[in-house]
Amino acid sequence: MVREVFKKPTKWSIMKSLILKEIDELIFGSMGIVIFISVFIGGVVAIQTALNLTNPLIPKDLIGFATRQSVILEFAPTFTSIIMAGKVGSYITSSIGTMRVTEQIDALEVMGVNSLNYLVFPKIIAMLFYPFVIAISMYVGIFGGLIANSLGNYSTSSEFIQGIQLDFIPFHVTYSFIKSIVFAFIIATVPSFHGYYMKGGALDVGKASTTAFVWTSVVIIISNFVLTQLLLG
Amino acid sequence: MIDVENLNKSFGDTQVLKGITTSFEKGKTNLIIGQSGSGKTVFMKCLLGLIEPDEGTISYDGRMFSKLSGREKRDLRQDMGMVFQGSALFDSMTVEENVMFPMDMFTNQSRSEMEDRANLVLKRVNLIDAHKKYPAEISGGMQKRVAIARAIVMNPKYLFCDEPNSGLDPNTAILIDNLIQEITKEFDIITVINSHDMNSVMEIGEKIIFLKNGVKEWEGTNKEIFKTDNKAITDFVYSSELFKKVRQMYIEERN
Repeated sequence: MVREVFKKPTKWSIMKSLILKEIDELIFGSMGIVIFISVFIGGVVAIQTALNLTNPLIPKDLIGFATRQSVILEFAPTFTSIIMAGKVGSYITSSIGTMRVTEQIDALEVMGVNSLNYLVFPKIIAMLFYPFVIAISMYVGIFGGLIANSLGNYSTSSEFIQGIQLDFIPFHVTYSFIKSIVFAFIIATVPSFHGYYMKGGALDVGKASTTAFVWTSVVIIISNFVLTQLLLG
Repeated sequence: MIDVENLNKSFGDTQVLKGITTSFEKGKTNLIIGQSGSGKTVFMKCLLGLIEPDEGTISYDGRMFSKLSGREKRDLRQDMGMVFQGSALFDSMTVEENVMFPMDMFTNQSRSEMEDRANLVLKRVNLIDAHKKYPAEISGGMQKRVAIARAIVMNPKYLFCDEPNSGLDPNTAILIDNLIQEITKEFDIITVINSHDMNSVMEIGEKIIFLKNGVKEWEGTNKEIFKTDNKAITDFVYSSELFKKVRQMYIEERN
């Protein structure tokens, strides 16, 4: 399927508008939910870390440090991707699946259009902007931690910010962005596959969306493990 | 002319098409009829190049589909227009955008040129006020007319229609039948219609191919269908009392 996606490209003027439409739908359309989740996840990480710091010898800046590490390494790229597998993945599967059952894909093929290129390529290109979403998620997640820390009075804001800056390894951000690019490709292609090759009627579109979410999540979790081993192990 | 030679197609152990040989002429409305599961849709999908036959050949004015390169197949497909059973209009586009879509894809015409052409074909199918509407906002009959407009907008040589009357009331069905026949004559194209609507068979069937269990059981015109003694086709066509009476009247009139 992936090879077909890159074959026989659609006219650039059309492809450009399709890509812009998908960026709007898949990237900007997901910002709200990503920001909402990231703020609360960052906050919860900060609270849980603070509540487990019972030893007075452990410095309070550890709350900021733990929040930063958790958010940058795992919560922003992986947790957000699982959410995106549900939000974006089901949108992709259901939109392509509906086109399949209503013969719109056959109509494209009969016209001589490479339907895989027309439907899937813009989604893959749009998802290249996914690291931008993850960057926002990281920022907002740590900010959520800061807010929760201040509201709960677990440590001072300056201690938290000091913790954020403590032993910062820039490669961790790179690692996170590498993961997010791989996850973006998975989120664009696995649901597209389930939508494009589905058979049946309207009910099967729903089933295909569920299957696509499960498989996208499984592939993300496995590749998360493999990438972590390769890049940090 | 479309020439079909010894077409065979199987899915697993089930042979769906069994050695079909026929031809479709220019300027005629050709109907493929048969019961559900007789292989009509598979036959049409083979004609459209959406399904590759296991054996046999299909030639479009001497161009054998299986021997064409990818680019030649693409070019040939631009000579084809297709009206799908459910219309298959793109939901996210307006009526006008749907009709303009093939031009947008394959020509370098300006927006105004495309709009002019789209307006012309929409007028031809008697749709004037629906340009800016979305497919969900128009009736089934109107959707069929938009699908016909989209199919003919590129001046195709071959027009394929899969059950164009399904789900339509009798008046609209007759309107669509007449429209397809008029377009066939006007543009001098080869039209192949997949149908089990007996009214269409009688009205516009200039050539009828009857499929039964994947075999071409009978071939003829809508005039010949009254005279034939072929049991398979008479059982199929005259399964309703109304058509039995029509046939009886025709025979009595002849005698």
